[in-house]
Amino acid sequence: MSAVDIRQGDDLRELYRELILDHARNPRHFRKIEDATHSAQGINPLCGDKLTLYMRLDENDVISEAAFEGSGCAISVASASLLTDLVTGLSRSDALDCFAEITARLTRADGHEPRDIGTNLDKLRALDGVREYPSRVKCATLAWHALNSAVQGHNTTVSTE
Amino acid sequence: MSQAQTNELPSIETYRSDFPALQQEVNGHPLTYLDSAASAQQPDVVIDAVANYQRNDHANVHRGVHTLSHRATEAYEGARDSIQSFINAANRTEVVFTSGTTESINLIAQSFCRPRLKSGDQVLISHMEHHSNIVPWQLVCEQTGAELLVAPIDADGALNLGAFEALLSDRTRMIAIAHVSNALGSINPVEDIIALARARSIPVLLDGAQGVPHMAIDVQALDCDFYAFSGHKMFGPTGIGVLYGRETLLDAMPPYQGGGDMILEVSFDGTIYNDLPYKFEAGTPNISGVIGLGAAVSYLASIGMQRIATHEQSLLEYMMQELAVIDGLQLVGTAAQKAGVQSFLVDDIHPHDLGTILDHQGVAIRTGHHCAMPVMEFYGVPGTARASLGLYNNREDVDRLTRAIQKARQIFS
Repeated sequence: MSAVDIRQGDDLRELYRELILDHARNPRHFRKIEDATHSAQGINPLCGDKLTLYMRLDENDVISEAAFEGSGCAISVASASLLTDLVTGLSRSDALDCFAEITARLTRADGHEPRDIGTNLDKLRALDGVREYPSRVKCATLAWHALNSAVQGHNTTVSTE
Repeated sequence: MSQAQTNELPSIETYRSDFPALQQEVNGHPLTYLDSAASAQQPDVVIDAVANYQRNDHANVHRGVHTLSHRATEAYEGARDSIQSFINAANRTEVVFTSGTTESINLIAQSFCRPRLKSGDQVLISHMEHHSNIVPWQLVCEQTGAELLVAPIDADGALNLGAFEALLSDRTRMIAIAHVSNALGSINPVEDIIALARARSIPVLLDGAQGVPHMAIDVQALDCDFYAFSGHKMFGPTGIGVLYGRETLLDAMPPYQGGGDMILEVSFDGTIYNDLPYKFEAGTPNISGVIGLGAAVSYLASIGMQRIATHEQSLLEYMMQELAVIDGLQLVGTAAQKAGVQSFLVDDIHPHDLGTILDHQGVAIRTGHHCAMPVMEFYGVPGTARASLGLYNNREDVDRLTRAIQKARQIFS
């Protein structure tokens, strides 16, 4: 294998980290929540990613359960799986902060200074490799846009296009 | 072309150097361009023809008495002659410039079919069509109350001709079908289809977007009524395409759009439409696109479509053979008659992930539904990876593709 091949391979490993591949192969909370209080569908027409996010918010507006189902590329499925892991137990407003943080991190919104997003959100750093792949950022943010739409009460479909 | 003449032409492999975009590196690797079915690269002669027009000859066509307008008109109409000859249309008036295959099909749906269709009539397409040969028919069916029928395909991606014939009836008013499937590569038995249609006096439109770049097209020998194709699939510019139409049919059709150039005389009492083909070319046309397409057609003619077809067939066979032996790779679309397009799936790697990993190795392929969602639904997949060939591809491109796929399998192993 040439030096170039090794470098290229490493770049790809930055995108397809073990944690991402693990969540893509074995997505967590991959099911429908029958008594969901909030849900939203996310569609990425470019590559056909299509997933539905389900959540149950308790009387204190805390996400007591989050799950998803659908199909998509490794990045979109892993991101959705990580999301359901991470937002369980968060309040609605914390979840919205989380959405703002992850979308800003991945799209490098102007003026965005990476914030310390707390130890419980450390796993989201696994998605950082996506920043080098503009065409894939939509895959990584798809579930998060669905989250944003769902917690705002829009039981609807969001598209990344 | 005689053998002696063939021998005087450069080897087919040498034409690759005519395409400047192919000389670059992408992500540290020589570009391996296997996405010509989406859009083909342009040779220098096309780029230069467009640049020369823009630098020296730019003016409106069919208008001015000045020199530049004359030059622009000569180049524009010269391109029409080249295209007429390239597809062997009987008359130059049968070559209508459009923005592409999509507009060509919409023009026929709206201008030819809409006034003729009524409730209970049927339009027949196939399951393998590109969205641009589905949606225009859905629209005109909604507008007229006609019904859209879809002929099935077999598991290998070939049209089921028996089922197709069974769907023909005395209510069939139009057949619109791909010459070559963009997602599967299947070459449809258009001669048989046209013979069936002729026997029943049903007009036929062929979506030739994937046909023209890969094989010699003779619209008179085909005996089709309409043939639609795009410039950018045949090494020309984007935003320009052609509608070939039988003169008697075009003549009887109302204009598709109104505006300048499509009229002979305008008054508030009424307008006299221009003759063919100008009746269908309202407004200032895409002059540079036409000139670029004319250059592309002359370039293809100079190489010889038969040589291109032979080269691509041999390369397609090699590609299918090399892909088929990769563990976990499934070919999608294995019809007996195929052009240089191959869809495939690798293990459970999503096509989009595959596309990213291949791009990282300089290999450009298309991933997704290829604007043929019903085909994806037929195979029960959200999308496929698709490698498509142009005249400039070679075996090294195929080898780079297979090595890149192996790398993807390593990453996902």
